[in-house]
Amino acid sequence: MTATSPSALASPLAVVPAAAAPGDAGFLRVDHLTKRFGEVAAVDDIVLSIRKGEIFALLGSSGCGKSTLLRMLAGFETPSSGGIYLEGKEISGLRPFERPINMMFQSYALFPHLTVWENVAFGLKRHQQPRDKVAAQVERMLALVQLKPYAQRKPHQLSGGQQQRVALARSLALEPRLLLLDEPLGALDRKLRAQTQFELQSIIKSVGVTCVLVTHDQEEAMTMADRIAVMSAGKLVQVGAPREIYETPASRFVADFIGNVNLFDGVLVEDEVDHCVVETPAGRFYVGHGITGVKGQRLSVALRPEKIEIATRAPERTDVNCLRGRVVESAYFGASSVYRVALGDGSRLQVSEPNSERHAEVIRVGTDVFATCSPDALVVLVS
Amino acid sequence: MSAADLDPRAVPGVPMAPALPRPAPGAGVLRWLRGRHWGRATVIGIPFGFLVVFFSLPFLVVLKMSVSETEGVQFKDLVSFADGTLTLQFKLANYQFLVTDPLYLRTYASSVKYAALNTVFCLAIGYPFAYFMTRARATLRPILVMLVSLPFWTSYLLRIYAWKGLLDDHGVFNNLLVWLHLIDEPIKMMYTPYSMMIGMVYTYLPFMILPLYGTLVKSDPRLLEAAGDLGTTPWKAFWLITVPLSKAGIIAGSMLVFIPSVGEYVIPELLGGPQTLMIARVLWDEYFQNVDWPMASAVAVTMIGLILVPLVIFNRYQSGVGEEPGRAKAGGGAR
Repeated sequence: MTATSPSALASPLAVVPAAAAPGDAGFLRVDHLTKRFGEVAAVDDIVLSIRKGEIFALLGSSGCGKSTLLRMLAGFETPSSGGIYLEGKEISGLRPFERPINMMFQSYALFPHLTVWENVAFGLKRHQQPRDKVAAQVERMLALVQLKPYAQRKPHQLSGGQQQRVALARSLALEPRLLLLDEPLGALDRKLRAQTQFELQSIIKSVGVTCVLVTHDQEEAMTMADRIAVMSAGKLVQVGAPREIYETPASRFVADFIGNVNLFDGVLVEDEVDHCVVETPAGRFYVGHGITGVKGQRLSVALRPEKIEIATRAPERTDVNCLRGRVVESAYFGASSVYRVALGDGSRLQVSEPNSERHAEVIRVGTDVFATCSPDALVVLVS
Repeated sequence: MSAADLDPRAVPGVPMAPALPRPAPGAGVLRWLRGRHWGRATVIGIPFGFLVVFFSLPFLVVLKMSVSETEGVQFKDLVSFADGTLTLQFKLANYQFLVTDPLYLRTYASSVKYAALNTVFCLAIGYPFAYFMTRARATLRPILVMLVSLPFWTSYLLRIYAWKGLLDDHGVFNNLLVWLHLIDEPIKMMYTPYSMMIGMVYTYLPFMILPLYGTLVKSDPRLLEAAGDLGTTPWKAFWLITVPLSKAGIIAGSMLVFIPSVGEYVIPELLGGPQTLMIARVLWDEYFQNVDWPMASAVAVTMIGLILVPLVIFNRYQSGVGEEPGRAKAGGGAR
């Protein structure tokens, strides 16, 4: 089906069940895609496969190539090499207006001289649809984003959140096979963002469109996406479900980029099927998973702040997974408290404790503490 | 009077801060003056006043002349008091003559026609020019803007004269064409509507390009991407997005070209011929050939009236931009 096919428009909005049925693994395939600007490879040999009906996030800091990748999917950039396949068909040779792909632009790019209604109708009119069909589809889209009363307003008469919904309605009006979102919430303030996140996600899921979104905000990626691809310097660093990426980061970069983490560099001293032991200057760690490494190999251990417990009394075992130190900073956040603990080797440990009791013992700055964690809390990072 | 009056800082006699050594006498007054935005008022007011006075005074003089009775070379006063009667007298014969004499009507029509043609040509040439200027490399753009305004560096009269040398029977173009054996004998280029139009378009083109460039350079390239993304070819996107969004520039440029072209004297005089009689020429003749100042004044006043029409439309458009919530063009049909 191409963008110009009338049947794509004539069909009523397909309401696909919300759960992303993991079928069609290769709905969108990105095959060794590279984009060079001069000497620099903005997108470097990326291989990616996106499932039908999935919300897929490209996450990375600015300049990591995520926007360039998205623009290649939309057709605004021509790949230097590699291919893009949508439902098995090579599309990288098609121009933007020939692709069954629509994009919601960063800060929306609404047409300022047209009303909300005309903005949403813009794409439909270009496809020579009969007027009543265009009108019906625009009405349906405006109802979907709850903007019917604003149909005759100009974009500048709307709030940021409303503009965002117009942009969404406009990009969904043509019932694209693939929806691209470029920093969809970037132009909204923090509070509105949290609310819009879920709204946007539920609209996309209710329409059932496959969606690739680009963001630098990990929280946005985590809440909205079914899967996340972390990008750095034009390459994919890790692809996985939000939980996977957070709990089992594949590299120091990912562990550090997503959330807060304590990293310990050390040497592998024991490696079994179900566990391994790493010796670090801060202490010895017994990790609850095995790796295929060699003894003496240099690697790191990652430990999330919320997976550490601190106490003033010594635990039963102090030989492994127990770090001694002195609290040098503490901050009370209501739901949790965050401590910084100076360890024996001079490094700092960040700890986040839930405040589960109202009158728990207060650990003050200057207190000597034992920080412990379970073997399952630790992840060994080889790279 | 103004909002500044409500400004607490503007209250006269407010004591100076005690920390300041020796408050100068009259500091309160100074502050009071400052509170009234004197600087801004001066900067805007002086040139504005100058323009108002030196435009409206001569205009009123001309207007008075156009409705005055003459007595030899003297103008009679509009208001006279004799035999206990106060008379206010307007002589409208000049205007009457103006609208009945086909010469004047024809000349006005041809002035408007040539001015309109000039505007259309300038727009047709200037728009693509301005558009591609905005597409040029950012470092190149200031140079292009400078090149567009380069003709202003020499006298306008000289440049029009130069066209004479180019278009003459034995001018550069004819000589070249004869030398190339494309023609056997010179084509008559000078003193035709063509030569005049060439001169006009040449002269007024920068006035079209610069405001167009000003609006086009601000246009957001992402809007064109969005249009392309929604299935629009680049050519269509240009007409649906770029052109409507540059309306302000199109109107401003057209005004800057049209208004002075209506009253253009030098170009029709130097490059035009007998077919290209324009109103400024008639004006000149009335003043200096026929020495009929009242008639000439009537011609001038009517010309200003004629130019006011597009200006009023322009103003109407400008004040209408931005609001107009229910201009349901496409939406209307759907309801």
